[in-house]
Amino acid sequence: MSLRDGPFGDIKPPVAWLAALALFVASVVATVLFVGDRPDSRSGVGGAVRRTADEAAARAGGVLSVPIRWIDDGAAGVRAYVLAGSQNRQLRRDLVAARGWRDQAVALEEENARLRALLGVRTDPPLPMVFANTVLDARGPFSNSRLADAGADRGVTDGNPVLGERGLVGRVVGVAPHASRLMLLTDVQSRTPVLIARTNGRAILTGDGGPNPALAYLRTHDPLRDGDKVLTSGDGGVLPRGLPVGVVARGLGGEWRVALDSDAAPIEFVRILLFKDFSQIAPPGQPGPADLPSTATEAPPPATVAPTAAGGPSPP
Amino acid sequence: MPASASLGAPILACMLASIVFATPVRILGLRPPEPVFALVPAFAWGMMRPSIWPPVALVGLGLFLDLLWGAPMGLWPFCLLSAYALTFAVRRVLSGQEFWALWGWYVAACGLAMTCGLVLMGLRAGHLPSIIGAGWQFAISATLFPFAWRLVERYQDADARFR
Repeated sequence: MSLRDGPFGDIKPPVAWLAALALFVASVVATVLFVGDRPDSRSGVGGAVRRTADEAAARAGGVLSVPIRWIDDGAAGVRAYVLAGSQNRQLRRDLVAARGWRDQAVALEEENARLRALLGVRTDPPLPMVFANTVLDARGPFSNSRLADAGADRGVTDGNPVLGERGLVGRVVGVAPHASRLMLLTDVQSRTPVLIARTNGRAILTGDGGPNPALAYLRTHDPLRDGDKVLTSGDGGVLPRGLPVGVVARGLGGEWRVALDSDAAPIEFVRILLFKDFSQIAPPGQPGPADLPSTATEAPPPATVAPTAAGGPSPP
Repeated sequence: MPASASLGAPILACMLASIVFATPVRILGLRPPEPVFALVPAFAWGMMRPSIWPPVALVGLGLFLDLLWGAPMGLWPFCLLSAYALTFAVRRVLSGQEFWALWGWYVAACGLAMTCGLVLMGLRAGHLPSIIGAGWQFAISATLFPFAWRLVERYQDADARFR
């Protein structure tokens, strides 16, 4: 017997009220999901759903990107053919300039090696890296991220820094078996510790969804100038020190922002540095944090700090 | 009009369009804008006959956008539901309105959705996202009204009560 044949068959629920109730319930569900989705709690069901979705989206994006790349390559070929003469002249000028830079670079490299040998400096080993294509691109005001077609199968892990052709692009925030989600420096949730090369000042590069992230918590003795070079500071150990980020520029509101180096070239092709947060690296057999002695300084004997009548410490 | 036509087809069209526009294409060296196609059904469904399915469908569509664009889960469902709620609340006012008047209401719904997004992301990130970026996405999304108009017209043509 269907419901319509029962005693409640004649009852007609107010459709508009039911729709409003559904709207309320849906809003509550959306709010709960928003509040519950924290970046540090993405290892559970939510994280698995994201990884699966990233994997599927990367496949779809990979298929859709193929004709786009063909068109791009074709257009680039036509442009190169048309502009071959002027490009050739420009390349000759660049070559002459580059030869001068090469001689200087060789001399500086030799000098550096000599000084390092004198000082006994140990340089960092080169970082291994993975090359990847970006296949999907979110560029809205609330999320600036990309999907790359390299994932856990190629050694990519959460937090790995990502470089474009000219500078830092962002870092990995989600890894699927064959895809990874890259959070760009411009994302509203992105925070990157940076240094100003000229002044050695420190700041936090803060994305806001616009093309030029802001410099927050700026700490420098010398005032900034337009064009000052910005590099990663390596503070906190999340990113290696010295990766190029961009140059300082004054924003419309007078605040200091950064014109990103990565904007100067397309970032369809990226390099993912397989850099491990060195604050988490511990050789095998090394005692863990729980095994280490407390870093708190023990209270010294009173005799060494007790002020004398003259105000200085008393003799032991 | 069957539910598959009024709900399923717009959902699929929005998903497909969002994926296509998310490809890293550059036109004349510039990245194309990223419109929120899902605002079209969010507005049109609010004008149609009340039902419990549009809010459910908008949650699903919003979650799809969250996953596609890497946004926090629940952000786009909330934004789309806010646009739907506005249209649903004033649907009696909207019925029988001219094309341009409805476009104005659609712009208001888009503005409400983007404002909700700004506030939610501002609360989450601790600072307000770029107003210019949000304004740009709002402006591009506001141009999609003819699709919403077409969807409402199809519904009214198919509904015997409007004949």
